[in-house]
Amino acid sequence: MQFGIFTIGDVTPDPTNGRTPSEHERIKAMVAIALKTEEVGLDVFATGEHHNPPFVPSSPTTMLGYIAARTKKLILSTATTLITTNDPVKIAEDYAMLQHLAEGRVDLMMGRGNTGPVYPWFGQDIRQGINLAKENYSLLYRLWREDVVNWEGKFRTPLQGFTSTPRPLDGVPPFVWHGSIRSPEIAEQAAFYGDGFFHNNIFWPAEHTRRMVQLYRRRYAYHGHGRPEEAIVGLGGQVFMRKNSQDAVREFRPYFDNAPVYGHGPSLEEFTEQTPLTVGSPQQVIERTLSFRETVGDYQRQLFLMDHAGLPLKTVLEQIDILGEEVVPVLRKEFAIGRPADVPDAPTHESLRAVREVSAA
Amino acid sequence: MKLVAVSAGLSTPSSTRLLADRLAESARGELAAHDQEVETEVIELRELAVAVANNLVTGFPSPQLATAIDAVTGAHGLIAVTPVFTASYSGLFKSFFDLIDPDALTGKPVLVAATGGTARHSLVLEHALRPLFAYLHAAVVPTAVYAASEDWGSGGDEYTEGLPARIRRAGGELAALMAVRAVAQEPGEDDITALERQLSDLRFD
Repeated sequence: MQFGIFTIGDVTPDPTNGRTPSEHERIKAMVAIALKTEEVGLDVFATGEHHNPPFVPSSPTTMLGYIAARTKKLILSTATTLITTNDPVKIAEDYAMLQHLAEGRVDLMMGRGNTGPVYPWFGQDIRQGINLAKENYSLLYRLWREDVVNWEGKFRTPLQGFTSTPRPLDGVPPFVWHGSIRSPEIAEQAAFYGDGFFHNNIFWPAEHTRRMVQLYRRRYAYHGHGRPEEAIVGLGGQVFMRKNSQDAVREFRPYFDNAPVYGHGPSLEEFTEQTPLTVGSPQQVIERTLSFRETVGDYQRQLFLMDHAGLPLKTVLEQIDILGEEVVPVLRKEFAIGRPADVPDAPTHESLRAVREVSAA
Repeated sequence: MKLVAVSAGLSTPSSTRLLADRLAESARGELAAHDQEVETEVIELRELAVAVANNLVTGFPSPQLATAIDAVTGAHGLIAVTPVFTASYSGLFKSFFDLIDPDALTGKPVLVAATGGTARHSLVLEHALRPLFAYLHAAVVPTAVYAASEDWGSGGDEYTEGLPARIRRAGGELAALMAVRAVAQEPGEDDITALERQLSDLRFD
């Protein structure tokens, strides 16, 4: 099972002292967080993609390429790549290039994005969001698998005799996850292609997550990719830890109360009860995270959101230390217990290359 | 059959709740007279006010609010009653219905009603509530009931019916519509199966 960090890349004032980091500080903080993720033995770092303030990561492959050069084992991913408003040709090129530079340590998570004006800014129509996700991904899928593509669709100029370069490393396209919160069409898309499904459950009740993952698993089997338990599932998580759980609650509460997404709404206590947010001791985080398996079955990837709501970098790095030293080693051990042998790990470049070599032989 | 009344009254006791109860009793009695068993439930939005605001912020309902929304969307008939605030339905009333899926009330028999200090606001029913439920594709019965303070202590006159007669007429109309659309939901299919059916014609290549 893979564990990692995902970041939205928001520039948010620290509510305890009113200080707002500069964009430059935030970008360097994201890099420091990625390096820390590898240092403490986690597997994945994923960056968001946004095209409006207060977010900085508009250019994910630039950032991930820099991180690739400074890491050895870390898998570089996105959360999410905007399949609606990016040109699928440019995604194919950028991420194939990144894949070569990172020696295959790359996968992507496709998402539609939730910021209305981004669509018109990039010349698209938000009412076509689902249709854009479908058409653009079907083109991207072909660009990585067919050397020469002839293609016509509704949303971009046709391609005649087009070859996307560089070709994917070892002829193995990056593994793709499809991220969605509430669109069953996206679970269906992931199932149709036999790709991974990431339910970004961090702001949602468990019952909703259970239904979406169950739908994806059933449709994965329906489309002939394997049994429902063999489908590739990822989940989000959001935690804040101190040795003493009361200290964690006291320290995190001002960040929670003023958080951009859910602040000024329900209490910390209500929100932790209704969503995966866990604020407490490392042991509480372990128990809560292990309970996700009861909701969705044995799964492949667990990403944690650690650096939002204005938390200072120093605190975030401490949190990732606790995650790497005290939480994830126990999770690896516990998740392995009772995990059926036929539940696959998340595909990596190596595993996909091995499959390709077997089928070519 | 299940009949749900939503009351947006804020005082306890409130005349809005009182009107909701009278309307529910009228529809229930009418259906009972035709051997139709009706279970009625009244939802007081006052008790859900904070949960409604939290849902607007977080995007998902608390368990208690989810139960209320399920009751409304699953009912065979709905009575929606609001006090008149600043020339329209109350903000709480609107916020609650803002949280209901736009398709969830399609075809549902709905009786709209309102209370106010003076009869001069009675057209709120026609220019605010009826369009709201028309947008939601609900089947709103012709008689909408407005109760001004004075209605609770007066009868009809030669030009207009009194409140009891209007309640009886509206309740009868709702009951008739509910009886016609007796089978609103067919249980037995879970959410996932319903979604799969919707998805079966999606194509991705």
